[in-house]
Amino acid sequence: MNTSKVAMGRRSFIKSVSLAGGGMVIGFSWLASCKQKEAHVAVAQELPKEWFEMNGFLKIGDNGLVTIYSPNPEIGQNVKTSMPMLIAEELDVDWGDVLVEQAPLNTDVFTRQLAGGSQSIRQGWESLRTAGATAKQMLKQAAAEAWQVPVSEITTENGIITHTGTGNSAGYGEMASAAAQLDIPEEITLKEKRDFKIIGTSRKNVDGKKIVTGQPLYGLDIQRDDMLIAMVVHPPAFGMQLKSLDASEAKNMPGIKDVITVDTYTEDQSKSAFDTSAFTKLVVVVGESTWQVMQAKKAVKAEWELAPEIENEMHIFGRTMTVNHPAGLENTNTHKAQMVDMGPERAQIERKDGDPEKAFQNAAKVVERSYSCPFLAHNPMEPMNFFAHVTDDHAELVGPIQTPEIMEQSVADRLGLPLEKVDIMMTRMGGGFGRRLYGHFLVEAAVISQTMKAPVKLVYTREDDMTHGTYRPAYRATYKAALDENNELIGFHVIAGGIPESPLAANRFPAGAVDNYLAESWAIESNITTGAFRAPRSNFIAGAEQSFLDELAEIVGKDPIQFRLDLLQRSIDKPVGENNDYDPLRYKGVLELVRDKSGWNNQDASKNRGVSAYFCHNSYVAQVLDIEMEGDKPVVQDVYCAIDCGIVVNPDAASNLAEGGIVDGIGHAMYSAITFKEGKPEQQNFDRYRLIRHSEAPKRIQVDFVQNDIDPTGLGEPPFPPIMGALANAMYQATGKRYYDQPFNAAQPVIG
Amino acid sequence: MAAFTLKINGERHEVDVDPSTPMLWVLRDHLNLVGTKYGCGIAQCGACTIHVDGDAVRSCQLPISSAEAYEMTTIEGLSENGDHPVQKAWLEHDVPQCGYCQAGQVMSAAALLKSNPSPSDQDIDSTMNGNICRCGTYTRIKAAIKSASGQ
Repeated sequence: MNTSKVAMGRRSFIKSVSLAGGGMVIGFSWLASCKQKEAHVAVAQELPKEWFEMNGFLKIGDNGLVTIYSPNPEIGQNVKTSMPMLIAEELDVDWGDVLVEQAPLNTDVFTRQLAGGSQSIRQGWESLRTAGATAKQMLKQAAAEAWQVPVSEITTENGIITHTGTGNSAGYGEMASAAAQLDIPEEITLKEKRDFKIIGTSRKNVDGKKIVTGQPLYGLDIQRDDMLIAMVVHPPAFGMQLKSLDASEAKNMPGIKDVITVDTYTEDQSKSAFDTSAFTKLVVVVGESTWQVMQAKKAVKAEWELAPEIENEMHIFGRTMTVNHPAGLENTNTHKAQMVDMGPERAQIERKDGDPEKAFQNAAKVVERSYSCPFLAHNPMEPMNFFAHVTDDHAELVGPIQTPEIMEQSVADRLGLPLEKVDIMMTRMGGGFGRRLYGHFLVEAAVISQTMKAPVKLVYTREDDMTHGTYRPAYRATYKAALDENNELIGFHVIAGGIPESPLAANRFPAGAVDNYLAESWAIESNITTGAFRAPRSNFIAGAEQSFLDELAEIVGKDPIQFRLDLLQRSIDKPVGENNDYDPLRYKGVLELVRDKSGWNNQDASKNRGVSAYFCHNSYVAQVLDIEMEGDKPVVQDVYCAIDCGIVVNPDAASNLAEGGIVDGIGHAMYSAITFKEGKPEQQNFDRYRLIRHSEAPKRIQVDFVQNDIDPTGLGEPPFPPIMGALANAMYQATGKRYYDQPFNAAQPVIG
Repeated sequence: MAAFTLKINGERHEVDVDPSTPMLWVLRDHLNLVGTKYGCGIAQCGACTIHVDGDAVRSCQLPISSAEAYEMTTIEGLSENGDHPVQKAWLEHDVPQCGYCQAGQVMSAAALLKSNPSPSDQDIDSTMNGNICRCGTYTRIKAAIKSASGQ
């Protein structure tokens, strides 16, 4: 690859760019030079002889090829395609002339290089388009100077610059050298949405060819000269720690370099909420090859003892929270009993409208139902791993991480290196689902490399991965509805909690639609560690709430979609309370769209259908799911999904993501659980941990998007939570039985 | 340690490793054929699927000591230019999300179509049930297999 022509530092750090039209100032910085790796060469064109760096986001070759750096970590949400599409749109380049490379962590150029919260497109919407538009403006300026014409008369299309008056025309490649010498324009105009040519059109995954031909893309694929393989042995149960180690046999096995113990953090180290508090002292086996290390791991003789209570102060986005892990070995049966015992006397009120006590006293009928779900392991298909090469004054880290910027600090603190001496490169991730927000494995790899004075790839086995914690919490919620003699909903009470946090979102629907409303939360401390799992909290409470509303609709004798629409209409006409955090019009929009697309109103009465709708991560999703019984086995047939996430950048890929969320939601609600006996996870691999398989996926999934001009909101998470409600409601239609406790099909055998 | 001669993707390879080493780790650690993926190590997820004399086999369960007799094909050797009908169908349907399991899915699908050129939905379900996709691309995988089979 040729070097950039741009001098270091010449255009560094213009911290804000004002946008024409709104005069908006956005946090956006430029750096002339940044570190790049991993060329994407899916295009059959020849690479240019010379590249010209326009800004930190893109460079243009002398033949017109454009390389765009995708800033955010790719976990399967397809940002490595859709984020560059935003840049290419405003650059006015032919997508076929674009190569995409993953950018490394570079806080001088990029902001929020994080995969989480369904925020990549939403928060990159302005800055990525600005990056493309600014480069385009520089190319136009260069052409204007070359042709001695006003820049305002110059137009661009598909990588061609044209001045109609003089008949001049040039490709981007011809102007790139001159354009790269120009100052960054202080004002640019972004396209009108109606002029989009790339945004809103389906573009294939830029890594597709590499994926289906097995090219190295993932952290686990990294190979370096003299690289050692490291594996951890962690305590077998939560609430235990290392007492003593006998590694004599393991150390003498073939290919084994050493068996060491590693403290993931120093005692006085300041921790973030993305650091872990479980198993922070590890036995580590280091050797030449994975299989040798796996065998030696089995020969490690470690004694474990009960760990004391742990209190951690953890920082998250400027706040500090205290996390308490009690001592002891926990059991799922005890957890269940503890959760059932939690009532209002141990809860705190999150929201209260009207006089719910009176409403329930005066009710003609009170309906009460409880729902629960177990802990879940994220189980991305690529187990946790990371490459680290730490020397006296530098740390190079390469691998799968959703929070590189946050973990860079943890590594720097742990190694005692300044931040600028820690370099992190993100690889394509074999799934994330929230698990890779918590990068203890990256710190571990760094400490192991520092100790061994060698480049190291840390590899977790599936068992290590599944038993290490950071689980989706276990939750429970009890809903109560007060109905008057006309079956009108006059009071609503939800009390919800979990281990170790509550899933409640007190200001979401049906808050705002009921005069007398009470929402309460409780939590139980645990030493089993938990973390964000695709659509945290929503991934339980959506299904619980939507199952309850379904049962209520039946009790009051209303169509389940109409029942929801009526409540939403109430929230539009005469909203209760001030803090309702949803837009009832958009909520109604997705319900009406799914009603129409699924043919709900003219359906065959024999169909077993369930509906559900939910708002989270700034987006609205409604789903209808059909089940047919094959013997005594419920089989999911069609799923219809309506989404309002604003402008859809890459429609087919967006459908794919929604289809995945639906399959994921059905699978976890139906089959998956982590349970504990004496602190030990009872599922350690896919022989006992059930994930959804081919034959259990819906036969057909149809995804429809609400068409509007609203700036994009989230998509990775929103299709996941509501499907659990649609599933439970369709299961009721199919079996005559309500399903309250996940996993619904706990008795199903494992298929392998 | 012992020396083995393997036939992989039409080439011969000499490897000196412990006889118990599964082909998965021989491919990944010793031959730098990392397209074959580790997912579970106990033949439950299918990420490590390769072809052994044309049949889909979980390479995590095949020790090198039993592998010398066979012609093995990995994802890297499925086609010369990534243009096997299954690979083309995967791209046409833009199947992958994270992509990690897809090499195993493609290898299972290619073996299925070789033995059953026109599989029914049930044939696809029963063959592909051994390959987990955590991202949930199952409906696209099925559509791609049907495309590749000309259905």
